[in-house]
Amino acid sequence: MKAAVLVFPGINRERDMARTLKLTSGHEPAMVWHADSELPAGTDLVVIPGGFSYGDYLRCGAIAARSPIMDAVRSFAGKGGLVLGVCNGFQILCEAGLLPGVLMRNENLRFICRDVYLRVERSDTPFTRGYNAGQVIRVPVAHGEGNYIADGETIARLEGEGRVVFRYSSPDGMIDPNWNHNGAINAIAGILNERGNVLGMMPHPENHVEPAIGVTDGRGLFAGLTEALGRAA
Amino acid sequence: MKARITVTLKTGILDPQGKAIEGALRSLGVEGVASVRQGKVFDIEIEGSDRAQAEALLKQAADRLLANTVIENYHVQVLG
Repeated sequence: MKAAVLVFPGINRERDMARTLKLTSGHEPAMVWHADSELPAGTDLVVIPGGFSYGDYLRCGAIAARSPIMDAVRSFAGKGGLVLGVCNGFQILCEAGLLPGVLMRNENLRFICRDVYLRVERSDTPFTRGYNAGQVIRVPVAHGEGNYIADGETIARLEGEGRVVFRYSSPDGMIDPNWNHNGAINAIAGILNERGNVLGMMPHPENHVEPAIGVTDGRGLFAGLTEALGRAA
Repeated sequence: MKARITVTLKTGILDPQGKAIEGALRSLGVEGVASVRQGKVFDIEIEGSDRAQAEALLKQAADRLLANTVIENYHVQVLG
């Protein structure tokens, strides 16, 4: 794996992400500054971490989405390269037009920082091959704007094409408004682009990979990615 | 030239901030408020004096950055 972790002013989860990538793949990722216009040669995975790029000014992710490195990411994704956006990274991917829809203020207007349960909807993607379809994983969230929404036609397409890969659920995998902490439509926590090579998700799988933390449910995502990329190489 | 771009949420898009403000106005006893939607205002100074050019520039600014047209509408005014 030759991962590139993008760094924007105001991002604060890039070191968690780099640590997890190193731990799970054995390879140190490159840290790539937003003002760069090219990804390092041989990059096979771009990760946009969480945080508060540009202080969430204007709209979450809006300014980062228009930075020079994002043109390189767009062309990388256009060639089928794998892109993972977590939290602010998901917001940036939506603002950049690489994923449809938008992440609105949480329904209860509060910043929510705690563990949630996710139902993995598919295991046949490079991002989720480390899980079984229907498996429930426990991962943390930390966001004020995670309430996913898109127009009705887009939602119908996402659902019809099986592009919702993670949903907020109860610990036993039931979709229930009580377990949908931010009010996202259809309890959507993570979606794929049309081609299936760009994933955006609000929760932080990178924070649940080490036994010392007590939960390692995020590991499957990175182990799966490592395996997918190892196979492609 | 002075100009103003107003960005508002599209009809049907949930606006929790507007709802909270609406509730606060009610609890303050401000009578007769049917609903509140929150938006953004950008006051922009433009170089030059060509009105048509200014409008084109403002439209570009709104489309490319100031509004997310998935959920927002915008209105451009050249104030002169």
